[in-house]
Amino acid sequence: MRAFADLLERLVFTASRSAKLRHLERYFASAPDPERGWALAALADGFETRYATPAMVRALVEERVDPTLFRLSYDYVGDLAETVSLIWPAVGSATVTEAKQAGEAPGLAEVVETLARTGRAERPALLADWLDRLDPSARFALLKLLMGGMRVGVSARLAKTALARFGGVELDRIEEIWFGLTPPYADLFAWLDGRAPPPQVDGRLMFRPMMLANPLEEADLEALAPDAFAAEWKWDGIRVQLAAADGEAKLYSRTGDEIGASFPEIAGAADFHAVLDGELLIVRDDVVRPFNDLQQRLGRKRVTRKQLAAHPAHLRVYDMLFEAGEDLRALPLDARRARLAAFVARANKSWLDLSPEVPFAAWDDLRAHRGDARDAGIEGLMLKRRDSPYLAGRPKGPWFKWKRDPLSADCILMYAQRGHGKRSSFYSDFTFGVWRGEEVTPVGKAYSGFTDAELRQLDKWVRDHTVDRFGPVRAVSFGLVLEVAFDSLHRSTRHKSGLAMRFPRISRIRWDKPAAEADRLEALERLIERPAAAPPAE
Amino acid sequence: MPATPGPDPESWLTVEAGGLYCRPGDFYIDPHRPADRAVVTHGHADHARPGNGAVLATEGTLAIMRARYGDAAWRAAQCAGYGETVRIGPVAVSFAPAGHVLGSAQAVLEYHGARVVVSGDYKRRRDPTCTAFDPVPCDVFITEATFGLPVFRHPPDAEEVAKLLAAQEAFPERPILLGAYALGKAQRLIRLLREAGVDRPIYLHGAMQALCDLYEAQGVPLGPLVPVAGADRKRLAGEIVLCPPSALADRWSRGFKDPLTAMASGWMRVRQRARQRNVELPLILSDHADWDELTATLEDVGAPRVWVTHGREEALVHHARARGFDAKALSLVGREDEDADGEESAP
Ligand SMILES: [Zn+2]
Ligand SMILES: [Zn+2]
Repeated sequence: MRAFADLLERLVFTASRSAKLRHLERYFASAPDPERGWALAALADGFETRYATPAMVRALVEERVDPTLFRLSYDYVGDLAETVSLIWPAVGSATVTEAKQAGEAPGLAEVVETLARTGRAERPALLADWLDRLDPSARFALLKLLMGGMRVGVSARLAKTALARFGGVELDRIEEIWFGLTPPYADLFAWLDGRAPPPQVDGRLMFRPMMLANPLEEADLEALAPDAFAAEWKWDGIRVQLAAADGEAKLYSRTGDEIGASFPEIAGAADFHAVLDGELLIVRDDVVRPFNDLQQRLGRKRVTRKQLAAHPAHLRVYDMLFEAGEDLRALPLDARRARLAAFVARANKSWLDLSPEVPFAAWDDLRAHRGDARDAGIEGLMLKRRDSPYLAGRPKGPWFKWKRDPLSADCILMYAQRGHGKRSSFYSDFTFGVWRGEEVTPVGKAYSGFTDAELRQLDKWVRDHTVDRFGPVRAVSFGLVLEVAFDSLHRSTRHKSGLAMRFPRISRIRWDKPAAEADRLEALERLIERPAAAPPAE
Repeated sequence: MPATPGPDPESWLTVEAGGLYCRPGDFYIDPHRPADRAVVTHGHADHARPGNGAVLATEGTLAIMRARYGDAAWRAAQCAGYGETVRIGPVAVSFAPAGHVLGSAQAVLEYHGARVVVSGDYKRRRDPTCTAFDPVPCDVFITEATFGLPVFRHPPDAEEVAKLLAAQEAFPERPILLGAYALGKAQRLIRLLREAGVDRPIYLHGAMQALCDLYEAQGVPLGPLVPVAGADRKRLAGEIVLCPPSALADRWSRGFKDPLTAMASGWMRVRQRARQRNVELPLILSDHADWDELTATLEDVGAPRVWVTHGREEALVHHARARGFDAKALSLVGREDEDADGEESAP
């Protein structure tokens, strides 16, 4: 537990990717089995079960600590798990004897394995005993693990990248088998240690790593031959993979999370044998609904009949990885598409169709189409090499996404926060707003879009115009206008302005523009995404 | 409670606009505005300010004040060693070690048979750069409460130094910028590093040099120190560069190649505060007593009456009362938290 707690502590405070990788790699190289396997599980997926509730933890600490001192401490620290980890009585108190703490501190493996065979009623005593035997940072790790909400800024992908480096194997090889493995990954580590062959997995319904596209810069286009590429619409839904076999099906998000329970009309009706790649959309009366409609369905454990009728889900497929157990990924795109088209026709499902090719002869034809993209409620175009095999990750060259032109607004800089890592001496994270009446209301945050030279100018401007400070955040006087480019605007009840901006970035610093001439909230409200009026032209 | 002969200390030691004031001796202790007569516990700027008339302090404190303020330090200074008694009017004043920084002292005041100890800032754990805290039996003990909450429990120094050395080993290509308070913390860190076997040169931000020189002159050897100003900043891979905490977020830090930022402070115990400082390696190291040290000190000193000054008074007063002390909070203004040295650094 100690080594794992140290790792978490380092990861929490480390901003740079390469430094995080180094910490992870060193941990995997030094921690024993099965400790490192459970650590990997905790980092990559977290624990689904909430083994400890805030009420239970509070009750434990209140049996041991003066309530006034606990209240004052909790007020100061602000986080329950952290307060408890720090205030928990140390050696010498009535409950914690020297002998107890000198004894073996529980390892992560002991914690996980014990919890698995312990009933709910026994958990408080178990937790108290562990807390007695751990030091503050390990107590914190344990509480976060058991209560949920451990945020250390490590994606599953990053953890696997560190594993690949540690084992000296290709990341793809780990990704390919990952979803067939189970914690504490003894077979995986045996392979990475060089002690055993790669693990064998059952792949019938297993998530396969997706192939991702790179953004297209207009300048790249002229170097590409139009006849080597196929074009498709880039739909504004979420990317999913549907794996079906033997009357069972799993629907996976891009990160491999199983979301089939939220979409029973698809996961419960896929009675074929294939692995498909496509876009999950809400389609009603043949019209693709805005992304916001899809959001109503995401993350629900159970779906009502009303929701099914109001926001019917649809799978629009563009690739096929397996058909009847045959791996198609090495075939060229054109060949996979031909197989997919035939497959979709045979399957004949109301919720399933093929994303059509957008025909074109020259790039200019597509430019024209792309101009229509915003009205049609889609995100832009995809360009894929006709001869491209299906490769895991984001290989450079075969696939491009060509997004519609962004919208933009002139906003007023309100707050600036210091960045992380290389940017930690710069105010580089900006919150901006627009006029609402006589006030400025925040509408978004951006961290990018400016050059290093511009960042230095912005940093200086912030330092020179600070009116207030809260920790690493500075409030500035309303004097600088930023032209902010963004993909779309949606209604949101979580934001004070009532708006949520997707993918904002700073496109230009308007040193010249007086703040009074920045945009007003009413102007932004007119840009809110509406459903597509008609299906996109083909 | 034992009966105190003579007037109640509350009548002759009071909080005035200028700070803690001893009426029969007509002097202030650590005044926060210039006073005719001042007793100064230690050299930190929130206790030792320039422009006083007559100053009574230890040799170490006077040396620090002289180095910081030059001719503005005082009109007249008087030095008293630990245990030496000086009479100011009818009041006998002496100093006892506080273990906080070089020269730091508790001021022991005796008047009409009553003894009051003004602890100033203090800590109880070992510090190789200054004399250890000495509990003095007294009638009234005035304690600080900077870390006066039971969440503040500083881990052993060696653990924190080991974290620093582990980071150095993990990232041999990155210079380590280590933020630490220029008076006390910096020199203690250097000594702790030396004790852990670091004998390479340690690099210094310009603001650290004068006080390091002073410590050496006062008999605290610090080993090889190099001003970073003259060094090639691109060639400091794996080296430790000490700087004031504020310099980490300042433009000063930009010249280094992929630096690893660290900071040593008692506040680093709480993640939210550590995150606000935006450092990659927070080290929990303080020159102030943690909760366990504060509460143990009340028992060790055994004064029936406890007055709590700057910090989180409420929790410590609550605890002291529960333990049977006659405790109250003294609201002293002008004291600052450790490391609250302003966000922009002085050079
Ligand atoms: Zn001090
Ligand atoms: Zn102080």
